Amino acid sequence: MNITLRVWRQKGRDDEGRMVTYKLTDVSPDMSFLEMLDVLNEKLTLEGEEPVAFDHDCREGICGACGVVIDGEAHGPERTTTCQLHMRSFNDGDTITVEPWRASAFPVVKDLVVDRGAFDRIIQAGGYVSAPTGTAPDAHANPIPKPDADRAFDAATCIGCGACVAACPNASSMLFTAAKVTHLGMLPQGQPERASRVVQMVNQQDAEDFGGCTNIGECAAVCPKGIPLDTISQLNQDLLGSLSKGIG
Amino acid sequence: MSENDLYIEGDPIRDEKAPEGPINERWDQRRFSAKLVNPANRRKLSVIIIGTGLAGASAAATMGEAGYNVTTFCYQDSPRRAHSIAAQGGINAAKNYRNDGDSIHRLFYDTVKGGDFRSRESNVYRLAQTSVEIIDQCVAQGVPFAREYGGLLDNRSFGGVQVSRTFYARGQTGQQLLIGAYQALERQIAAGSVQMHTRHEMLELIVSEGKARGVIVRDMLTGEIETHFADAVVLATGGYGNVFYLSTNAMGSNVTATWRAHRKGAHFANPCYTQIHPTCIPVSGDYQSKLTLMSESLRNDGRIWVPKEKGDKRDPRQIPEDERDYYLERKYPAFGNLVPRDIASRAAKNVCDEGRGVGPSGLGVYLDFADAIERMGEEAVEAKYGNLFDMYQRITGENPYEVPMRIYPAVHYTMGGLWVDYDLQSSIPGLFVTGEANFSDHGANRLGASALMQGLADGYFVLPNTINDYLSQGPFEKMDESHPDAQEAKEQVTSRIDKLLSIQGSRTVDSFHKELGSIMWEYCGMERTEEGLRKAIELIRDLRAEFWRDVKVLGTNEELNQALEKAGRVVDFLELGELMCIDALHRRESCGGHFRAESQTEDGEALRHDDEFAYVAAWEFGGDDSKPVLHKENLEYEYVEMKQRSYK
Repeated sequence: MNITLRVWRQKGRDDEGRMVTYKLTDVSPDMSFLEMLDVLNEKLTLEGEEPVAFDHDCREGICGACGVVIDGEAHGPERTTTCQLHMRSFNDGDTITVEPWRASAFPVVKDLVVDRGAFDRIIQAGGYVSAPTGTAPDAHANPIPKPDADRAFDAATCIGCGACVAACPNASSMLFTAAKVTHLGMLPQGQPERASRVVQMVNQQDAEDFGGCTNIGECAAVCPKGIPLDTISQLNQDLLGSLSKGIG
Repeated sequence: MSENDLYIEGDPIRDEKAPEGPINERWDQRRFSAKLVNPANRRKLSVIIIGTGLAGASAAATMGEAGYNVTTFCYQDSPRRAHSIAAQGGINAAKNYRNDGDSIHRLFYDTVKGGDFRSRESNVYRLAQTSVEIIDQCVAQGVPFAREYGGLLDNRSFGGVQVSRTFYARGQTGQQLLIGAYQALERQIAAGSVQMHTRHEMLELIVSEGKARGVIVRDMLTGEIETHFADAVVLATGGYGNVFYLSTNAMGSNVTATWRAHRKGAHFANPCYTQIHPTCIPVSGDYQSKLTLMSESLRNDGRIWVPKEKGDKRDPRQIPEDERDYYLERKYPAFGNLVPRDIASRAAKNVCDEGRGVGPSGLGVYLDFADAIERMGEEAVEAKYGNLFDMYQRITGENPYEVPMRIYPAVHYTMGGLWVDYDLQSSIPGLFVTGEANFSDHGANRLGASALMQGLADGYFVLPNTINDYLSQGPFEKMDESHPDAQEAKEQVTSRIDKLLSIQGSRTVDSFHKELGSIMWEYCGMERTEEGLRKAIELIRDLRAEFWRDVKVLGTNEELNQALEKAGRVVDFLELGELMCIDALHRRESCGGHFRAESQTEDGEALRHDDEFAYVAAWEFGGDDSKPVLHKENLEYEYVEMKQRSYK
């Protein structure tokens, strides 16, 4: 395959960025999208041009490090992570536009790399169960009905990639926060801190300059792990309950 | 002392920390004899932890909870991304919830035997004891393990053991355990007891007056070279499988932290013990960047075969039954497709070497579900393996319900690592090593679902109960950046970076890394010979010299420079690769993941030589132009009888 790439190049956080066009020949349809970028980078290096910076690590769709906007869609045309997208999803002769996540809470660091530290700070605000090491009762002390465990699990599969934010017209982090609120809120272990957790996490996401949620649903549509949109309803329900009790 | 052309044999060493006495009382005894630090004094003591996977995040959270001043570093943009996250299958624990005869002793026995009698009994017994507490801890954190309709935890069997002791969370157990540890860590960060530095890479260890006292790290965003001090340093930096370039490891996984510590005096133990996993998706082209594992549970129902004729390029569906060779079923009628990982891997290599491999590269074998689909129905197969089939289809573009899967072995885990004693302390006082980065518990071969167990055992329960014995001697004398030992370490880092940026040769970093990987795979992979290893050592030395002459790294240090990061890691892989070959060469026996062609039974199975090689090979760095020094730690088995494995 021959393809034309339009890639966002930006030297550093405070520099102006621009789209730069590159041509690649002999692209194999079996390459992953990131392997295609590897090939581009090898070529650029040999030509004396600095390679394109992008985040990636496990390359098997679970660490959440990778993620770029491809032709306007977070992670591109398939519902998967960028590392699991393959070139067979494109056609010979295509022009492909590659940009970083766009959100004021995710500043661009360089080229396609953004700073997603805000997600860690939302977790710090309450996305945990306070269970210091050594304090645990026997694992079978608390049976959990399977439907609750399954719902918790569906929410717990979030990989923190940030596609939800990139896809949202408001750049809201609601799906990310709601996934954690739902995961822990469905489990007995998460109950003692449930009421305060949701308030603290929502306050933190506001402080990070994420936009508000207006229930558009783009987030769930691009989520590579299929986090259900109804986690946001769960968050709103928990939040309303807390606020009406004067918590937060 | 004796010497040959490749290494010097030094004095034997031994683990001084494991107590004597009945094995089931040793951990209790050690916890009692280890000196404690009272809570008021803990806040005066500082610990640096490198790496935030299971072994690092769990240790950081636990030590933060205990009141120590903890500083952690990871190269990723968030601690949640460490490669522990990619573990699929599960985590073992001797809970005996199935009432199927499991016990701490059985888990201990299976692990020692699975490791082919090359691990320490005391360590393995403690691991089995601790396994029980890990599950409790993770459940308390909200880790959503698989449950049954009654609400209790589900278990499955795994990796050829006869009991069901594996706890799992769909095919994402590593992810869920890591997120649990990550959340505990973030809670301590919020509490101020842990300081976290993401996108920071450790490039040198500071050793002063014989003690590990800090690290030199590079801020990967700004290039700033920072000096950090502490009373103790913990390395939880994972394995070194990426020395092979292609492996199931994450792209960033590297040996730099442990290798730099090795160069400063930490012994590197059993570097040649690598685990090659039989069921991975084959390489599809020279652009390939990593290999993806398919859970070995597929071997429960899939049948492995290749054509009987060499070079048979027919569509597999057109090859009649009597022209297929189900070679595992033929050679190992008792275990068939369920032989252990090392045996299945080597058998696949052998049939490909004979020219009977399948797929475009000829490096693949079929894993066929046609019989299973006929027997169970497509729906049942989908229910059991649907997510794996989807993953395979996404990567290869082929539908495994219709065409047999193609699989090939890939490097997956490294049992070797920095030598540690029972306290997880390396040969440098004050330097502790946890998880895959140390060598301690798996001997020459790791059993499935045991890596997660070891990482969390070390981080939640072992290290926090042993490091206090060392820290009770502190706080140590304050150091600052002007200290000559710190200056020297920093200078080593900056001069290395300057050199890498100044060469401006003609070859990319990746091209060197790929070449190293192919040398390692060819000569230090699934089957090793004296001749091949000697050749590999020469090739690696030449490649290393060429690297320092001809590598091309663009850009500057003072920016996010991913090529520079990679170059630094490849420098260390180029040194490690040689030591791995020397270790593999000196161990003239086959054991676990280490197969020497010269040491096999008449049937072509691994043949150990316990009289000569029942020891840990702990290598001391000899200097850039000197030979490494081998220290042997003798292994004794009081509780498990040493036997040759058989799977016929």
